[in-house]
Amino acid sequence: MFRNQYDTDVTTWSPAGRLFQVEYAMEAVKQGSAAIGLRSKTHVVLACVNKANSELSSHQRKIFKVDDHIGVAIAGLTADGRVLSRYMRSECINYGYTYESPLPVGRLVVQLADKAQVCTQRSWKRPYGVGLLVAGLDESGAHLYYNCPSGNYFEYQAFAIGSRSQAAKTYLERKFEKFPESSRDDLVKDALFAIRETLQGEKLTSSVCTIAVVGVGEAFNILDQETVQALINEFEISGEEAPTNESAAEQAGGDADSAPDQSGAAAEGEAAPMDI
Amino acid sequence: MTKEHANWSPYDNNGGTCVAIAGADYCVIAADTRMSTGYSILTRDYSKISKLADKSFMASSGFQADVKALQKVLSSRHLIYQHQHNKQMSCPAMAQLLSNTLYYKRFFPYYAFNVLGGLDSEGKGCVFTYDAVGSYERVGYSAQGSGATLITPFLDNQLKSPSPLLLPAKDAVTPLSEAEAVDLVKTCFSSATERDIYTGDSVEIIILNANGVRRETEQLRKD
Repeated sequence: MFRNQYDTDVTTWSPAGRLFQVEYAMEAVKQGSAAIGLRSKTHVVLACVNKANSELSSHQRKIFKVDDHIGVAIAGLTADGRVLSRYMRSECINYGYTYESPLPVGRLVVQLADKAQVCTQRSWKRPYGVGLLVAGLDESGAHLYYNCPSGNYFEYQAFAIGSRSQAAKTYLERKFEKFPESSRDDLVKDALFAIRETLQGEKLTSSVCTIAVVGVGEAFNILDQETVQALINEFEISGEEAPTNESAAEQAGGDADSAPDQSGAAAEGEAAPMDI
Repeated sequence: MTKEHANWSPYDNNGGTCVAIAGADYCVIAADTRMSTGYSILTRDYSKISKLADKSFMASSGFQADVKALQKVLSSRHLIYQHQHNKQMSCPAMAQLLSNTLYYKRFFPYYAFNVLGGLDSEGKGCVFTYDAVGSYERVGYSAQGSGATLITPFLDNQLKSPSPLLLPAKDAVTPLSEAEAVDLVKTCFSSATERDIYTGDSVEIIILNANGVRRETEQLRKD
C-alpha cells in the first residue's frame, strides 16, 4: 500500500471503492504481537505473545477478562484495546443488572462491531487500531469471534492475528478439524504449539506468552506463569518438533529417552516445523 | 388549612429485624426471614442478607424492593471495582460505597435500614450501621428494623463491650467467643419474636471468620 490522494480522511472513498484509513487501521493490527484463539464444543482458549520492550519494563496486558463467561485477546494499539475492553465490561455489567443473566456473546460482538463502524463514518474520528479475539460461552455453546477495525466480525473455530500470525494459522488449519471434540488440556497444548509457530525458532517460555481459558464449569481465567511453564515442560514444547498426528502416537508409545534424541536431530535439520 | 396528602405512597414497609456483632476475629450477621405487609405475612422464607464481597455481608430491613435494588447497584459497582483493581473490595471500602450510594438518593431515598458486617484487612470483625440516607458509623454491634428497639438494650447489657455511647469512642469489638455470640443472637431473636409481630418464622445467621463463611438457620415462633 502506498500513499495516495484518497487516504487522508476516513470519510473519503477511493475510486476503486476502498476506504484507505480503515485498511491502514487493519495494518496496525498486523503489526501488533500475535494473539490466537481456538475452541472446542465446551471450551475456548486464548493465547498471546507478550514481548516486553526492554528487560526493565513490564509486559503489556493483551488478554482481558470481560465477564465470567467472556474474555478478549487483542492485537494492535493496546490502548484502543483497553478502552474497548472497558466498554465490553460495562455492557456485560449493565445487561446482567437488567436481565440477571449473562450477556450472550453474539450480542456483545455486534455491539462492538457497530461501535467500530461508527468510527469509519465520522470525519472527526479515526478507526480503532486494534483487532479483538472475543472468546465466550453462552447458552448456544462456546464461541470465538474476531472483531476488525472495519466493523466486520466473523466467527471462527480457530484464528490468529498480529505479526507472524500466518505461521500459527497454517498450524491451526492443519489441526482445526479435531478441535470440536478436543479436551480442555489438548486445546491448551495446541494453543501453545500455535504460539510457538509465531516465535519462529525463539524459545517458548511462560514469560513470553499468556494463556487464558473459558469453558463449561470454568469461568474465564488467565493461567498463572507457573502453570503455563509446567504445561510447556510437560509437552516438551520448548525447542522441539511439533508432533504430527502419526509421530505423536509413536512418541506416546516410546519412552522418554528416545524423545530427546529425535528432537536433537530435528533441531539440527531444517527449521521449518510445518514440513511433515 | 390542612395539607393535601398523597393518595399513594411509593414505599411500603416489609418489616423484619437485622443484627450484626463484631468479634476479635469473627463477625456475625443475622436477620429474620419473615416478609410482611400491613398485618399480613407475604412469606416466611425471605433472605434479607446479601453477600457484597468475600468479606462483606449486608443485612437490610425496610422496603425489600428498595433493598433488592440497592443490593444490585452495589453488586455491579463491586464488579467494576474488581475489573479496575484486580481484587475484592475491603469491608471499610464497601461501607463508604454504601454510604455514598444511599446519599446519592438523598431526595428520594432507598427505604432500607442497613447493617454491614465483615472482616477488616487485619481480620478483625467490623460492623457498620446506617440510616436510610447514608449516615454511618463503625460500631461493635448493631440492630436495625422493627425489633431493633427490643434487641439493642439487651445487647448493650450482654455483650460486655465498651458502650458505643461513651466518649472518646472506644474500639467496641466484643470479647465474647464466636459460639457465645451466635448463641446470644439466637436469644435476641427469640425474645424479639415474642413481642414484635413483624419478627419471627426463622432467623438466618451468617458467621464470617478466617476460615470462611458459615450459615446457620434457627426456627422462630410463627405467630
